[in-house]
Amino acid sequence: MAHSIDLIFRSIFIENMPLSFFLGMCTFLAISKQVKSAIGLGAAVLFLQTITVPINNLILNTLLKPGALTWAGQPDIDLSFLGLLTYIAIIAAVVQVLEMVMDRFLPGLYNTLGIFLPLLTVNCAILGGTLFMVERDYTFGESVAYGIGSGAGFFLAVVVLAGIRERSEYADPPAGLKGLGMTFITAGLMAIAFMGLAGM
Amino acid sequence: MAETKIELLTLSVFKRNPIALLILGICSSLAVTGQMATALVMTICVTLVTAFSSLTISIVRFQIPNTVRIGIQIMVAATLVILVDQILKAYVFDLSKQLSIYVGLIITNCIVMGRAEGFAMSNPPIASFLDGIGNGLGYGFILMTVSFIRELLGSGSVFGYEILKLASNGGWYIRNGFLVLPASAFFLIALIIWTIRTLDPQQQEKD
Repeated sequence: MAHSIDLIFRSIFIENMPLSFFLGMCTFLAISKQVKSAIGLGAAVLFLQTITVPINNLILNTLLKPGALTWAGQPDIDLSFLGLLTYIAIIAAVVQVLEMVMDRFLPGLYNTLGIFLPLLTVNCAILGGTLFMVERDYTFGESVAYGIGSGAGFFLAVVVLAGIRERSEYADPPAGLKGLGMTFITAGLMAIAFMGLAGM
Repeated sequence: MAETKIELLTLSVFKRNPIALLILGICSSLAVTGQMATALVMTICVTLVTAFSSLTISIVRFQIPNTVRIGIQIMVAATLVILVDQILKAYVFDLSKQLSIYVGLIITNCIVMGRAEGFAMSNPPIASFLDGIGNGLGYGFILMTVSFIRELLGSGSVFGYEILKLASNGGWYIRNGFLVLPASAFFLIALIIWTIRTLDPQQQEKD
């Protein structure tokens, strides 16, 4: 238990998806103009990450790993080269199913998260979470903790950035820096601040 | 848009740079720019994947049903990325370890998807192929600039060869530790965007 809590905290603060590994940047920068939509996006990432990382972990351990097919009487088959294709297909499928389920049973939540969900199929943070899980060889329990933690890390970062951007709307930067340039600098300063937590 | 073949190649480098103007494919551009060698390999990978996925999608664009087009685009990109990944593992294993998950993340690199959706679906194969190469080069231009500055001033070398002799090796140059940190890429890209947008005021954002 202590190990999973440690993992959750590490993936939120020290190994923060957008600010330490620069994953999910495109959506991170594009949808952080207002706190309200940032919360929607962050929640969608948290939701999706918590579901897809464990599912992909199961797929990896029961189908793709070298020797994983022993239960089917095929101990010599190594399908790990199919990994990328499988993970992205799983993510796309989960997004589709999730959208349909939410539309049917949770229309309120669907209206908030709805527009972000299809976008997240091609978000590097989601696929990145799965790939880190594969690279670090997490067990199923660890992958649940990592999914929650990395999703929460994204949520935190995007909401904080949106808050800062809302305030700095009133600043008057040089014309060429307006918008994207300023956002980059803000995100850079945040990344440096988050690096200070690395010693924890 | 009627553009000649050469315009397709060159426009994306400055005028329509995928990173600076369209905010596409930023994730990897920040993470792999610590050294020029990794940045170069990444540029080549992205250029190849973008070019060939645009080509493939453009060839079959009349056969793709509109409702599942995103899925098919991802599948094409994923297959190409697996190819690239396997080739890297076979021939330059060290570099492929350094790039770790970022090669796999080319699948979700928005440049690949963006060009497939925005250009290849509505243009003939050769133009799409060139557009893919052009966008890959535009991406590479930013990547190489950032990694050049970071490696030269951060480690005193270019492609691993020592240019500025470091003080720790008995030379005169005291390296800039800040530029070794990944966060410095944010500021460098911000400066590049600033430069491009000052030279070409059309790209500036209005309130």
